[in-house]
Amino acid sequence: MNQIYVIIERLSGSFLLNSKLFLLTLLFSLPLGLVIAFGTMSHFRPLRWLVRIFVWIIRGTPLMLQLVIIFYGPGLLNMNFSWPGGDTGRFIAATVAFAINYACYFSEIFRGGIESISKGQDEAGQVLGMTKSQIFFKVTLLQVIKRILPPVGNEVITLVKDTSLARIIANKEIIMMAGEYSSKGFIWPLFATGIYFLVFVGVLTILLDWLEKKLNYFRT
Amino acid sequence: MAILEVKNIEKCFGNLCVLKKIDFSLEKGESIAIIGSSGSGKTTLLRCLNFLERPDKGSIIINDKVIFDAMDPATQREREVRKKRLHFGLVFQNFNLFPQYTVLKNVTLAAELLAKEDSDFKHNKKAVMQEIQTRGKMLLAQVGLSDKLDNYPHMISGGQQQRVAIARALALEPDILCFDEPTSALDPEITGEVLKVIRSLADRNTTMIIVTHEMDFAREVADRVIFMDEGLIVEQGSPEELFGNPKEERTKQFISRYKKD
Repeated sequence: MNQIYVIIERLSGSFLLNSKLFLLTLLFSLPLGLVIAFGTMSHFRPLRWLVRIFVWIIRGTPLMLQLVIIFYGPGLLNMNFSWPGGDTGRFIAATVAFAINYACYFSEIFRGGIESISKGQDEAGQVLGMTKSQIFFKVTLLQVIKRILPPVGNEVITLVKDTSLARIIANKEIIMMAGEYSSKGFIWPLFATGIYFLVFVGVLTILLDWLEKKLNYFRT
Repeated sequence: MAILEVKNIEKCFGNLCVLKKIDFSLEKGESIAIIGSSGSGKTTLLRCLNFLERPDKGSIIINDKVIFDAMDPATQREREVRKKRLHFGLVFQNFNLFPQYTVLKNVTLAAELLAKEDSDFKHNKKAVMQEIQTRGKMLLAQVGLSDKLDNYPHMISGGQQQRVAIARALALEPDILCFDEPTSALDPEITGEVLKVIRSLADRNTTMIIVTHEMDFAREVADRVIFMDEGLIVEQGSPEELFGNPKEERTKQFISRYKKD
């Protein structure tokens, strides 16, 4: 009986890593995604193509591979840079890989959202003497958010489960932890991990629904 | 003295020249109607005046000051274009209200943003904002929408939305108010309420340029009517002259076709 508690405690502790990785990835990838989206829409052709090629590479290769390259790459290539030692370095490397990967996916959602807002909104702002940034932040942005909420929600939910990929560079996340127990003959902890993800995603779903309803006060 | 002079404006999109050599002037307090079939360049002309399109040739002069000259890049700097736009107000065919803001906020938003850029805004923030609110409410009362201040655009009819758009365009006190087919997107039975508002503006000697397909309205409200065809001003004159006794063959054709409908 005592052992069950110990296992649950350790699973919970390791899920904290998944949760932290999830939150930090969102924190960095959402703004970065917006920057990348502007890059892919740039009128300056070389920049636009450079950014589009970057998005192609990131979306075109497995996140698992990107984690490995970002973590081991600097050392293998004798670069003048190395990740901090131990768990901290592994976690930071994972956060960087996740943030870049998700930013690329978000950027395409943002681009679609921004391009879907009618030109008339932009022009109405212009003839009222607004600056480009005023038009974007005061007129366009909220309309974009309302439109992209469902696909962004999809990505966010995928991200929750993707966090377990961080184990490939030895981050002790929940599935890795449960795996250690299976190799000792306990299989149930592995099944139990599913409950953590389910509950987390359940809460997120409620949150996303709430946000969608919040934005229902206007129509685009 | 003319408040607006448009000289030799030309605008081409690729090989298609939409405006060929547009010359006209406008007196303070005068309202002109621009008529003509689709594709004659009416809308592009309004868009040029509002800096939504950049003419290839020609100049735009307001109160004897050149605000745009295709030959002079100094008149085209982005930062100044913004301020120059404020000489004009534009009411769009599709209203283009901001859906996430209330009716009142639609009218006051631009004025609030401009006020915030003032260096001494922080000192008298409250008074300035109060004044903008009061003015917004006054304008909405003027277009008969005092009871809709807190509604969102999707909650009101197309005619009401267009009246909000007119109040919004008036909020920054433009020298010249432009209308781009203001009733074309509306059901025929509700065009009246919008036309009534425009008529009341004309009665107050608001300087206006109205691009319209409503011939009766143009005839009744405009001090002068301009007929455009294929990017040219074919004929202009008082409504009586132009509708009653058109001189050019193309004008005659256009007006007779309209009368048959």
